[in-house]
Amino acid sequence: MNGATPISIRNLNVYYGDLQVLRDVNLDIPARQITVIIGPSGCGKTTLLKSLNRLLDGTEGARVRGEVVLDGEDIYAPRTEVTRIRKKMGLLSQKPQVLPMSIYENVAYGPRIHGLRSRKDLDLRVEHYLRVAGLWDEVKDRLREPASVLSVGQQQRLCLARGLAVEPEIILGDEPTSALDPQSSQNVERRLLELKREYTVVVVTHILRQARRIADHLAFLYLGELVEHGPAADLFANPRDPRTRAYLTGEIS
Amino acid sequence: MKAPADSRIARRKRTDVFFRVLATASAAAVLLSLLLILGTILWKSVPALSLSMLTQTPKGGFYLGKEGGILNAIAGSLYLALGATVLALLLSLPIVLYLNVYKGRASKTAVWTRFFLDVLWGVPSIVYGAFGFVIMLALGLRASLLAGILTVALLEFPIMSRAIDEVMRLVPRELKDASASLGATRFETALKVMVRQSAPGILTGVLLAFGRGIGDAASVLFTAGFTDRVPASLADPAATLPLAIFFQLGTPFPEVQQRAYASAAVLTLIILIISLAGRAMSRKVTRHVVK
Repeated sequence: MNGATPISIRNLNVYYGDLQVLRDVNLDIPARQITVIIGPSGCGKTTLLKSLNRLLDGTEGARVRGEVVLDGEDIYAPRTEVTRIRKKMGLLSQKPQVLPMSIYENVAYGPRIHGLRSRKDLDLRVEHYLRVAGLWDEVKDRLREPASVLSVGQQQRLCLARGLAVEPEIILGDEPTSALDPQSSQNVERRLLELKREYTVVVVTHILRQARRIADHLAFLYLGELVEHGPAADLFANPRDPRTRAYLTGEIS
Repeated sequence: MKAPADSRIARRKRTDVFFRVLATASAAAVLLSLLLILGTILWKSVPALSLSMLTQTPKGGFYLGKEGGILNAIAGSLYLALGATVLALLLSLPIVLYLNVYKGRASKTAVWTRFFLDVLWGVPSIVYGAFGFVIMLALGLRASLLAGILTVALLEFPIMSRAIDEVMRLVPRELKDASASLGATRFETALKVMVRQSAPGILTGVLLAFGRGIGDAASVLFTAGFTDRVPASLADPAATLPLAIFFQLGTPFPEVQQRAYASAAVLTLIILIISLAGRAMSRKVTRHVVK
């Protein structure tokens, strides 16, 4: 996986009914970097992210054309097993969505589904990923309490631990800090920066300052079209397309 | 300019007071009718209420029993309603999960299934009784606990399904996505996430259906039969409290009529106990629900 492109998006088109949301998107996502997808709301960022783990499957009227190649395999090929694709990615949603069970069970949920049974292994896995998510010290004494008692910021870190516990290769973040207070946001950003050493991270955001803080690779999406992408430093310094420039300077939002 | 504004405020105030009185009166009427029903039944049943009413089967006299108790009907009703409720739940859960997990909001199948369930909910119980009777004959069954359970389960499952469905529809899409994105199949999501998140609704649906089932007379009239004994097997006929009330109240003997009110009091008490138990349980099952 080192140096390779774990995800390669080729000629991706997505339609909701008659509405085309993504047009011919081509994007290679580099391994062990943070790729940030920016763009105004409604430009198709979330749709692009959801197309990476086939969450659009459950959306009525959504059609996908094109390829998303993950580790050399087109995830939209008819024979591809969707649960195996999703196991390779952890998702952080806009609003943290904890499962209706205890803090412990939230993290253990994924590993259990994928066949981890031994109590001891589960305990170790839960503790490990709660530590990675920076939540362990806050919850170690109340693992049996419902996850819904946690604050929103803690819930998002729980979702991170839960996603990591299935041992994915890729972390997807759909505006993962938009529901959080500044301090929790900073906490999540810090986690993502640490995690890129081992994981490939793709984050969607409309917060430009956040993109500046965390992005290694930047992609600008506008009205369903991938306008421009490249190393974040280059793109911020020298946007080639006038639309990118307009967005970065705040003329369009 | 000042006067018209003042009079408008006064008028709005009058309307406000009027509706508050109306609303309070309606609420009071509800409470009053419940108290009246309970009061009447208890008052009328006092002469017949005794421990032996609850612990003995009828001992003859005046055709439907002057002595002994109504244990036959208490046990019959409990067996029947419990059996039917379990059966209805086994039918309802797959239906509701099918509607909410495998079918989308706009699915034609789902829309029609919900419509049919609503129609079934509205079908009068005597029709279920007649239908159950036909099925019973076709299966070669006699009026028995089993035939009664089957019929009452049919009566209960639309109620249970729709009650659970209404709650399960509220499970946010994001919650299903969260489970799916961890690699869960739809079935795993249904069983481990949807059911937990809707647990309070499932409980409500079960209680609602149980209450309807245990209180219904018409559906068991032809199918469960009536007997003085406590049913010992599914093939035995079973007495039920609603039918006990019906038969006892229909006699010309005041002593037996009092026993009808005692049966009604016991039936009401059972429903009260079940509802209270449900409330106590509901606190437990809502613990993990995500808001």
